[in-house]
Amino acid sequence: MESNLLSIITFIPAIAALILGVFLRGEDETAQRNAKWVALIATSLTFLVSVFVLVGFDPNDTSFQFVEERQWLLGLQYKLGVDGISILFVMLTTFMMPITIAASWNVTHRVKEYMIAFLILETLMLGVFMALDLVLFYLFFEAGLIPMFLIIGIWGGKERIYASFKFFLYTFLGSVLMLVAMVAMFAEAGTTDIPTLMTHQFGSEDFSVLGIHIVGGMQTLMFLAFFASFAVKMPMWPVHTWLPDAHVQAPTAGSVVLAAILLKMGGYGFLRFSLPMFPVGSEVMTPLVLWMSAIAIVYTSLVALAQEDMKKLIAYSSVAHMGYVTMGIFAANQQGIDGAIFQMLSHGFISGALFLCVGVIYDRMHTREIDAYGGLVNRMPAYALIFMLFTMANVGLPGTSGFIGEFLTLVGIFQVNTWVALVATSGVILSAAYALWLYRRVVMGDLIKESLKSISDMSKRERAIFAPLVVMTILLGVYPSLVTDIIGPSVEALISNYELALAEADAATKLAAATE
Amino acid sequence: MEQIILFAPLVGAIIAGFGWRVIGDAGAQWVATSLLFLSAILSWIVFLSFDGTTQSIHILDWVRSGTLDTAWAIRLDRLTAIMLIVITTVSALVHLYSMGYMAHDENFSEDESYRPRFFAYLSLFTFAMLMLVTADNLLQMFFGWEGVGLASYLLIGFYFRKPSANAAAIKAFVVNRVGDFGFALGIFALFYLTDSIKFDDIFAAAPELAETQLTFLWTDWNAANLIAFLLFVGAMGKSAQLFLHTWLPDAMEGPTPVSALIHAATMVTAGVFLVCRMSPLMEYAPEAKLIVIYLGATTAFFAATVGLVQNDIKRVIAYSTCSQLGYMFVAAGVGVYSVAMFHLLTHAFFKAMLFLGAGSVIHGMHHEQDMRNYGGLRKKLPYTFWAMMIGTLAITGVGIPLTGWIGFAGFASKDAVIESAFAFAPGGYAFWLLVVAALFTSFYSWRLMFLTFYGEPRGDKHTHDHAHESPMVMLIPLGVLSLGAIFAGAIWYSSFFGKTNEVASFFGVPYAQEAHEEGHGDDHGEDHAKEESAEGKSESKEKGDKKTSYVFAGKPGEGAIYTAEDNHVLHDAHYVPKWVKLSPFVSMLLGFIVAFWFYILNPSIPGRLAENQRPLYQFLLNKWYFDEAYDFLFVRPAKALGHLLWKRGDGNVIDGSINGVAMGIIPFFTRLAGRVQSGYIFTYAFAMVIGIAVLVTWMSLSGGAK
Repeated sequence: MESNLLSIITFIPAIAALILGVFLRGEDETAQRNAKWVALIATSLTFLVSVFVLVGFDPNDTSFQFVEERQWLLGLQYKLGVDGISILFVMLTTFMMPITIAASWNVTHRVKEYMIAFLILETLMLGVFMALDLVLFYLFFEAGLIPMFLIIGIWGGKERIYASFKFFLYTFLGSVLMLVAMVAMFAEAGTTDIPTLMTHQFGSEDFSVLGIHIVGGMQTLMFLAFFASFAVKMPMWPVHTWLPDAHVQAPTAGSVVLAAILLKMGGYGFLRFSLPMFPVGSEVMTPLVLWMSAIAIVYTSLVALAQEDMKKLIAYSSVAHMGYVTMGIFAANQQGIDGAIFQMLSHGFISGALFLCVGVIYDRMHTREIDAYGGLVNRMPAYALIFMLFTMANVGLPGTSGFIGEFLTLVGIFQVNTWVALVATSGVILSAAYALWLYRRVVMGDLIKESLKSISDMSKRERAIFAPLVVMTILLGVYPSLVTDIIGPSVEALISNYELALAEADAATKLAAATE
Repeated sequence: MEQIILFAPLVGAIIAGFGWRVIGDAGAQWVATSLLFLSAILSWIVFLSFDGTTQSIHILDWVRSGTLDTAWAIRLDRLTAIMLIVITTVSALVHLYSMGYMAHDENFSEDESYRPRFFAYLSLFTFAMLMLVTADNLLQMFFGWEGVGLASYLLIGFYFRKPSANAAAIKAFVVNRVGDFGFALGIFALFYLTDSIKFDDIFAAAPELAETQLTFLWTDWNAANLIAFLLFVGAMGKSAQLFLHTWLPDAMEGPTPVSALIHAATMVTAGVFLVCRMSPLMEYAPEAKLIVIYLGATTAFFAATVGLVQNDIKRVIAYSTCSQLGYMFVAAGVGVYSVAMFHLLTHAFFKAMLFLGAGSVIHGMHHEQDMRNYGGLRKKLPYTFWAMMIGTLAITGVGIPLTGWIGFAGFASKDAVIESAFAFAPGGYAFWLLVVAALFTSFYSWRLMFLTFYGEPRGDKHTHDHAHESPMVMLIPLGVLSLGAIFAGAIWYSSFFGKTNEVASFFGVPYAQEAHEEGHGDDHGEDHAKEESAEGKSESKEKGDKKTSYVFAGKPGEGAIYTAEDNHVLHDAHYVPKWVKLSPFVSMLLGFIVAFWFYILNPSIPGRLAENQRPLYQFLLNKWYFDEAYDFLFVRPAKALGHLLWKRGDGNVIDGSINGVAMGIIPFFTRLAGRVQSGYIFTYAFAMVIGIAVLVTWMSLSGGAK
């Protein structure tokens, strides 16, 4: 059945951006208000349409659904579709964007351009999660960074140039390698169709380059090329240092999108490309990835303990949480991957909310320094409650969504490597320490600082922004089957294909050895 | 009915926490308290009408992933039923008491509505605790486990303006997380080996686990021992056992009703409950059981020594709690789970009462907590005095020796623990430490009584002049609890520490007559298994002669606790030598005499002793320097390491090398793009276009896609 739903979802924000760009004139207050409303309506509409996709989605069908296929220019293929792995990322994006726009209501500087940047960004992010063609994916994946650069570079803080430079440098190096691998994939498989590539067996015979023996052959090289790009996006230790700077400099809404959605592209990439297309390469590199993940959890949690800037602390906490994701993915079993996807979605809500929490007080005091606060609970009880809830969700308290992802990934990894499991589990101690320490310094205590004496509690608009995030965090914590029932069958198929491919490659190697 | 017991406190918490603006301060307190009383009444109905059969009630699916399938459910068996009455009874009384205790608080101004928040936290705690004990799988238990941790954190830090309260709250949460770390690993290992985390499946797999080797970290371990140990690490954290005990004394920063409910009667006993709940696994983990015994006994002794010299009335009782929990663990470790639960039950009553009594003293003395400033309060606080007296008689174990049960609650249960310890290992480590700890217990309990209620008033005269008895809402709970502290031991003696068949039928465990008594020594009692009476309706057995003895004959998972067939400790504990049965009584008397001598007859002795034995006194006063050691070993290094990794690791190494690379590339790109600010974006877009161009060219040259 051919339907245009996915294209409609993808391009509603872009069309809204176009309308803003062409028809909206002036910088006066009316124009600003119009820009905000257009953006809010467009993103909300996108969300509503995406709900239709979710309702019509059949979790038990593990193939791609709502597929659209068209010829595009120069013989390129335009192909979109969703399966159990991607659909919830689409939902996460459409769900978070209206919240992001609503959180930007106080922006006064170049409002039209700001809204356009966010709308374009949404289109590109949705494209990444839906694209079923290599070139299309690359286009969305790389182009998505441009609006983000702009958001940091124009609406960011004092050090925005340095931050966007760092962001650029990291991602650029990764992209170049990924591009080379894509060319190589096309050269070998003769197609850019992702579903076809997922079933294609890329060469995995060992060979030597420049005297280095490469186990897993082409697959390992391709894996590494994609890994360079995805690992930066996650970000994984030790290529994570762009994230704290980017977060600190980005405006609140930029941080929310970055943490909630953009970071998930790396994890999605591993699931869409690395595991299905390069199973042998994945298996060869699994120990490396697992240890990088475990180190990330402990290392960045310790670094978080030492932070003096709220956003940096939460950014480091994000890196630690992404460590659970990569660990779960490469545990390559049902609990591990279910947990990884769950963790990504849950982290989207929780870290998004935490950055919004910083935004609430940044809007009032214009500083992110932890020492500038203290005793906020005295004047902001509602804020204290919401911040507490998300702090607890962040440390993985059972009953919140944060727990389910951590628990499942750890259950998954324990079956594979108990050392990694032990190191990763120790993260639950450290996360409690840094998160509660932050909360204590900002919210608890007596309100002594003169500057805070007249700070006001959250407004109705701010409360409304948090409401959906509160609901999702608790709902998914109490009834996680809402997610696992949707992703379960597709993950199961992914794992069985992965194991089948490994077995086949193994048999082929043995056969080759026997015939020699 | 079980659902109402479970969710009434949650409803109360939500109404008190969010609805107080509508129903008012007093309304919130009454709603929360009444709902808790409803829970308590229903719990007693469930407990008294419970027939021993394990029931399971499914509420909602929870985490499902592959073969991992857990649900929110209620498991009702004897262990749960016992915990239900303990939790809801103490909680309901503490709610009531708090209406008086929290009526005025110097930490808050009059126009602040802190009371609804307090009641919401208390009710939330109760809900989490009930979830913990009604769980039918380890994950739900873990939910309750961390949920009570959250409530404990919130309540310890209730006086959020006090830095010490905030520090104590974080400490409690983080130290508990260390325990949870072990607990979680235990759950992972269990799922890995048994493919389930439901109690029924785990219990059924226990014998198999004892035969399984698990590769964990560097070597192979016996699975049952390893898992039992990992779970016990969780229990150590929650129940403040040695090495993970440091949070409990600091937790006294919370309001006193909190100490009574959470840090004496309920939450801290969760570890004991966990070990008893996992009895089928523990019975197959002999080495883990030994660890439990040694650690429990050492904690009982250690905490008692520290309790000897503390001056803060609440800290004395806190260390006392820590020590008594050690007793419970010893009982569980030697395999007499019923006795562990017995002491848990009686302790809940008398320790909650001691705390509430102490709260009444503190309330009457305008929040003075230092016992050096008390003295002679008997006349001013007569009811509180009698309540504390009953509590002290109960905790020190006053009763008629050799009768077993005629005495205060603590007499029956503590002696049962000590006798069981002796039966397990005659004259062993645990036995002697517990006897000595009993002496210390008696000393510090009487010391508390003498310093507080006897002698001359010390300290601020004004405070003493205005010392007043507490209002009725605070005295009624004391009265109810004192009934428990007096009678609980005698009433339930036979159910928890009676003959094997009595205990077995109480816990719904099948039992059989011991085979060799009847001369069929060779068939392992198989025949008699058929005539076992599982449901506690043992009338048919009554006419059997007095020498007939019974053994537990259930399989793992049948009934609420499991006792291996070769575990005769319960039976043997009744036949220990007379001097063993007398030893706790003698300890108690000695402790009393010394305390009487030190604090009534010759009050100058303690001061001189502290002078003469300065190093020892300091060592005890500073709680064996655990806090200092941990600060030196863990807290400071973690912070320093974090700082180092940040500045050196992220800063110098990672960014340093990247900047090095960048210095080579960037000038090239900036030249290319011209303006610095938008340069990167431009180059990026440019690079991407080139990338696409390369791809497209390649595809066109090779004939297009497909």
